[in-house]
This record gives sequence, C-alpha cells and structure tokens, in this order.
Amino acid sequence: MNFLTKTIILFIIFVISSVNLNTRELSIKDLEERKRIDQERESERKKRGKKKFLKEILFTTEIIFFTKERKIPPVLSNLDPILDDEGFYGIKLGNEDNLTTGRFTGHDYRTKYVQVSLEEDLISEFRKLAEKGYKYFIVDLKKDELLQIQETTDISDILIFNIRSSSDSLRGKNCHSSIFHVPPSYSMLADSLTQYMVKKKWKDWFLVVGEDEKDKEFANALKKSAAKFKIKIKEERVWDFASDLRRTAQKEVPIFTKGVKYDVLVVSDINGVFGEYLSYRTWNPRPVVGTQGLVPTNWHRTHEQWGATQMQNRFRRESQRWMTPTDYSAWVAIRSIGEAITRVGKNNVKDIKNYLITNNFGIGAYKGVKVSYRKWNRQLRQPVLLAASRSMVSISPQEGYLHPFSELDTLGIDDAESTCKFN
Amino acid sequence: MKKFIISSIFSAFVIFSITNNAVASMAYITNEKDNTVSIIDVKKKKLIKTVEVGQRPRGIIMSKDGKNVLICASDDDRVEVRDAETMKLKYYLPSGPDPELFILSPDGNTLYIANEDDAMVTVVDMVDKMIIDDIPVGVEPEGMGLTNDGSLLVNTSETTNMAHFIDTENLDILENVLVDARPRVAMFTPDDQEVWVSAEIGGTVKVIDPNSKKVKKTIGFQIPGVNEESIQPVGIRHTKDGKYTFIALGPANRIAVIDQQSKDIIKYLLVGQRVWQMDFTADQKVLLSTNGVSNDVSLINVEKLKVEKSIKVGRFPWGVVISP
Repeated sequence: MNFLTKTIILFIIFVISSVNLNTRELSIKDLEERKRIDQERESERKKRGKKKFLKEILFTTEIIFFTKERKIPPVLSNLDPILDDEGFYGIKLGNEDNLTTGRFTGHDYRTKYVQVSLEEDLISEFRKLAEKGYKYFIVDLKKDELLQIQETTDISDILIFNIRSSSDSLRGKNCHSSIFHVPPSYSMLADSLTQYMVKKKWKDWFLVVGEDEKDKEFANALKKSAAKFKIKIKEERVWDFASDLRRTAQKEVPIFTKGVKYDVLVVSDINGVFGEYLSYRTWNPRPVVGTQGLVPTNWHRTHEQWGATQMQNRFRRESQRWMTPTDYSAWVAIRSIGEAITRVGKNNVKDIKNYLITNNFGIGAYKGVKVSYRKWNRQLRQPVLLAASRSMVSISPQEGYLHPFSELDTLGIDDAESTCKFN
Repeated sequence: MKKFIISSIFSAFVIFSITNNAVASMAYITNEKDNTVSIIDVKKKKLIKTVEVGQRPRGIIMSKDGKNVLICASDDDRVEVRDAETMKLKYYLPSGPDPELFILSPDGNTLYIANEDDAMVTVVDMVDKMIIDDIPVGVEPEGMGLTNDGSLLVNTSETTNMAHFIDTENLDILENVLVDARPRVAMFTPDDQEVWVSAEIGGTVKVIDPNSKKVKKTIGFQIPGVNEESIQPVGIRHTKDGKYTFIALGPANRIAVIDQQSKDIIKYLLVGQRVWQMDFTADQKVLLSTNGVSNDVSLINVEKLKVEKSIKVGRFPWGVVISP
C-alpha cells in the first residue's frame, strides 16, 4: 500500500468513526463501557492504596423503602415494558449520594427494601416496622393504602414520604403532618398544563375522561384549573368503550369527537387505557394534551437542562433503563432526608420534620430552581415539565404568573384555599 | 465517494491552514451544543473562526506558556490538548468520566480535573500524561480553585453542597465546608486570604477563610424586577488589584460587580441570557462572559464597568479563556 492509499483509508475510518460518535445520548453499550472503565479505575485505585479521610461515624439513619407487590394489569400498549422495580434505583442512587456526603460529615445511612407480597397484609407489615422503631419511610403505595395506614396506625412520630399518589385529597382534607408528598398533585399537574394552554390561547376544551376513580380525580383538578384560568370546557365526555382500540380506534374516535367546536382535546386516562389512541384520529385536527400527548410530569427522558443529563446518565448506568417519575420522586425523597440531616446535624425525626418545612430547606433537583416543601400541606414545591414523547415542550410555571412568595406556588392549591388542617 | 474523500481532505487542509492569526488576546469559547470552539479577537472585537472539537465541550483553560488550549470534551470522557494558534489537536489527556472543569498547577505540571459523573477529582501528570491519583469528593464535583503557590485546592460538589479543601502535596482532604445548594465555582482572591464559592440554586456566594476554613460572609443578591429564583450565581472573577469581583448571575442575565474588600454590591451589568463563565484579558481591561441561552458573549469594559459589545458565537456557549 502506498502512502496515499493509507491516508485515504485512515481518513475513511476517521469520517466513519466521527459519524458514529455523533449521538448525544449514551447508548446502553456506552454506559456498559463506562461501567467497565469505572471498575478498572476502581481496581487501579485499590492498587494505589485506599485514602483515609473518613470521618468517624457519629450516627446511622435507617430508612425503609416500603412497596407492595402488584398484579400486572392488562394494558393496551405492548410497547413499554412493565416495571416491577420502579423507585428502587432512585432510592439506590439517592442513598449513595447521602453516603458520599455522609462520609464527610460522619453520617451513615442504611436503607432497607421491603416489598409486601400479595398474600401479606399491608397494614400489619407496616405496623411491625413502625413498632421495631424505624422512623423514616419512603412508600410506593396507592391513595387508599396510604389512607388505611394513617387511619389505623399511629404515625405521629415517624416520617413518611409518598412517592406515588398524586391525589389531591391526601394533600387536602385527608392530609397528615407526618406525610410529605413528592409527586406533583393532580391540581399542580392540571395548573401546569392550563398555564401553558392559556399562553397558546387554546381556550376551548373538549374533555375526555376515563372510568377509573383516578381519571375522575384528575378531571376534577382540570375543571377547577379551567375555572381558575377562565377556560371554557365546551364538551365533557366519558370514554366507556370496551373494545380493543388497536383495531377500532380509527372508527370510534372520529365519531366520538364529532360535532363540537374546540381548540384542544384534554384527556384524563391515568392508566393509559385509551388516551394514546386519540391523536391523529379526531374528527377535526386538534392537539391532544393531558395524560397522553403533551403530558405534565415531574420527570421525563427528554429532560436534559440544569444537570439533568448527569442524572439521566447516572440512572441509566445503574439500572439499564430510563428514569421514571416515580424513580425521580424516590430520589428526591431520600435526598430530602439526607439534606435535612446534613444541615441539622442530627437525625431526630422531630427536628428533621420541622426543618423540612422551614424556608431554609431546599435541594437542587435538576429543575433549575430549588425544590422545597409547602408548610400547609407537605407538598413538594417544584417546576413541572410539559413533555411530548420525544421533546421537552415547556416547563411550568409559565412566565408572567406571579406569586408573593414563590412563583412555584402558582401551581396547585395555595395556602389560603387549602382544606388541609393538621391536628 | 472518491470525490467526497478528496473534498474532505481538501477542507481539512483549509481548516488547518488558517493559522496565521496572532494569538495575543484571543478568546476561546466552548459551545456545549455545537461541539465547537469559537475564537474571538478581543482587540478587534470580532469572531475570527469556529473550530470543531470533541463532544460537549465545557471547561477550557490555557497552558501556562499560552501555547496550548485544554478543553474538557465531557461526552468523550477526555481532555483535548490543542495548539492555541492552529487549534490542531495535539493529544488527549486521560480523565475520568464526564470531565467538566479543571485547573492547572502554577508550574503547569499537574492538572486537577473535576469528573462530574464520578464523584472524583482526577489528578493528571502533564509530563507523563497519565493519571496519578483520584480523590473521592462529593457528588457531582465541579468548581476548582487553587492558591497562587498551588498548595491548596478547593473543589465544590454540586449535589453534596460542599467545598472540599485538598492539600495538593499529599492529595488528601483537609476539611469539608458546607455551602449553599449547588456550588458551581470556587475562586481564591489574589492574596489567597479568601476563597469565594458560588451556590447556583442557593442564590448566594460564600466567602471562606482558607486558614480557619470558616465562612466569613454570605453575599446575597436582590435585583428589583428580577425574581429571586432566577438569581443563580455561577462564575466568579476577582481583579488582581483587589478592587472588584464580578459574579455571573445565570438566568438573571446580569453580572454583579462587588467591592472585593467590603463585599458591597456596586452595580449590576445587564448582559445576555443565562450568563455563566467569565474571563479577563491579561491586562484585565476587558472581561468576557458566556451567555448560554442568547448564544453570545458580552464584552465588558472593566474600568468603566460598562457592557460594550455582544458577539454571536455557537449554541450554548459554556466556558471561556483568553490568551495572554
């Protein structure tokens, strides 16, 4: 081979490799490669000898991650895998973050994963743990299960983080001063969406609601939000078709949406029974928003601002999958405990609970502003992402919505309107 | 195909042959989303050229002799060393995963890199071009500050919210100081008697005494008409004469000018959107700031404390360094 051929071959290799490198998102292969390099570095580091500047452990905080085994529900879409480990990796990463900080402060953390099986009784299992003296709980439970716990068990001297339910009643008339709520409430999700629609001047809604109790609760929040921001709901219909929409959506959706003048189709279908099948099939060409289409959420795979890329990469490296909103909530919950303990310097649950609701508390949670807890209902104060499946569309609160304390409080139930009364 | 190859070789030639610019007072700006570096002639106030570099370039510094530019190519997990004049890639330095910011020792022989994905400060020998050590620090390390004699290094960790004081002789942590949420930058004053640490989410700058490792003062900001949550301090630059300190306030779109001695705020300079990093020219007469959202840099007259010009660069300008 002469020199020129060699140069050309080298150049081709260069061009091809630079094309391949042109992706922003790390593939699972890249992540595995990184993991391998990490392990190599780890063993190199061991060879060099371990550095000693561990502070002596002052105290250990034990945290319980409490979940329940679920029967897998029938789903319409067979695209997304059904996850049975939601929350787990969020807890794992958050625990590691707490330990890293704790290494410098002398605070040790131990987190225990408890999953109640289908045969076991949720309440008695929870009570057993509380009686053993555990104080910090992060729970992945449904609204009714959480209600049952607070009705049957004395939780006044423990701290519980709800990372699953968005129910407004848990933050309203059924609130409890020991239960902090990380996911945005239905009201916050609804207001985030409405603020954006006001901005887009999509002021006439067609509301489609599923039959599930949760669908009605979110629809209620949407209606309240519409009233607050002077939106007209032109039509409200319940979706009660039982057929398999993969085959019949093309026939049913046009007729279902015919004969109404509206700007946007707003859907409340929490379980994803029919919502995905509305887009592109309505009688008039209209965007779909709500639980499908453009969705309000606290975490999404398209989120990359304010260091979120780091979080997405760390999470995927750990779990080999994308971070879900529940994983994110789990991370925020365990980091909230860690951050409060770091600042207070003790792990007495009463002091921690009090600190969490002061104005001094706040954590950076990849949202550009600090997140903190509302004193009046223990809800996490946070920006809400508005995401389409492959792009981040906007982040609420929208510009121009003002509030005397924090613009984040233009989302959801404010102090004055709250029905939450702590005993 | 052959034509394509020839034309690529030709264009590569063209890029590499634009080399006759003098390097004095050239500003190098990393464009995070474009994978490029924009080069501005600060005297002429003009964009000279744009060069393709590795993926997701962020931190950028110059070698002590001004001959090389070092760039953190975050998504390539390495540091690129390029000729400052030709911008030709000379070699790579090893780093840990996701290098973000770094600092050179005064003798130019040691490079300290904050690896954001790894909770480590990696120490690289510039002569042998190899990793000497990793120092475990808090989660998402970023800011790096060094004393004039290079004996004390301060690293900030964004999620752990600490400033780690590291003795560079033994590469051991001496002390960890809690600061406010998401600390981004640590910068020693010219006399080494203070280190200033900015907290992006906390909205404050802590002034720490490096001898006692105690917080001396917390600087807060209030700007009429700007909501408190968008005041997010990041970049810090002190003038050598001890007169002013400039603090970039992120989405507040302003740079605060502070009296370095009294810590009083003198004024706010309105610049482009989401201002993060800054650098002075060697004579400290001009300060440049990178404005990530408006995709430009602002040129500030330090004597008059006035913004004189903004120059368009690539997408999401992140870091800036100016040649001597």
